[in-house]
Amino acid sequence: MKLGKIVELLDAKVLCGGDMDMEIQTACGSDMMSDALAFIEDQAMLLTGLINPQSVRTAEMLDMRCICFVRGKMPGDDVVELAREREIAVLTTRYRMFSACGKLYQAGLRGGDC
Amino acid sequence: MTSKSSVEPITQQYVIPGTDFTRAGEASSKVKTILKRLGYDSDAIRRVSIAMYEGEINMVIHAHGGTAKVEIFPDRVEITLSDQGPGISDVSKAMEEGYSTAPDEVRALGFGAGMGLPNMKKCSDDMRVHSVIGKGTDVYMTIRVRGAGG
Repeated sequence: MKLGKIVELLDAKVLCGGDMDMEIQTACGSDMMSDALAFIEDQAMLLTGLINPQSVRTAEMLDMRCICFVRGKMPGDDVVELAREREIAVLTTRYRMFSACGKLYQAGLRGGDC
Repeated sequence: MTSKSSVEPITQQYVIPGTDFTRAGEASSKVKTILKRLGYDSDAIRRVSIAMYEGEINMVIHAHGGTAKVEIFPDRVEITLSDQGPGISDVSKAMEEGYSTAPDEVRALGFGAGMGLPNMKKCSDDMRVHSVIGKGTDVYMTIRVRGAGG
């Protein structure tokens, strides 16, 4: 699913990383970063409500291409800048975790092997 | 930065500060960058990154920081994480998924799920933990990699 489609589905605001043609193959939704680190899939995105820099580090270690902060949460400039340096797109959506994941799942985005 | 010998590794050493949680992950990020420049396979780079990052986080959460030594060979990466923290009283228990001794304030930061050591083990081809109560913990991990052209 292209990033542009994800932005549309989640009515998301793009904070950095504007390649709307970037392909996202899988998604993981979690507020616990060690749970996310157990999720090893390629070309993935992370949905989370955790707006500290460790969410970016987690996405970086997993080669994730995009982070979407849910529940209308806005990360600080330090988080966005770190993501920009690591070439990770950052979105924010007003939808809560369950709804955001549901919208993406309904549109065909899956969670990999689990 | 290219290894010219099949025996001598490229060695990197890092101090992991224990006072600033926001800086945890910097060393792992640097190692990941080095491995990418050396052309190692992406799957192995991901496993090295995750294993080392979980180790960094553990040292910050539980041991007020420590040191990391990374030796990069053509066919493997060896990571040694050392701290002088309180030690692990029951290593086998700590290896269970979901078991955590992290304080509540750490859980609020998104960690303490009890997946750190299990994730490290899952990402490693070999992992050993040596811990002494009151003195500290050493974690040794080996992750097999494929170099550029290998």
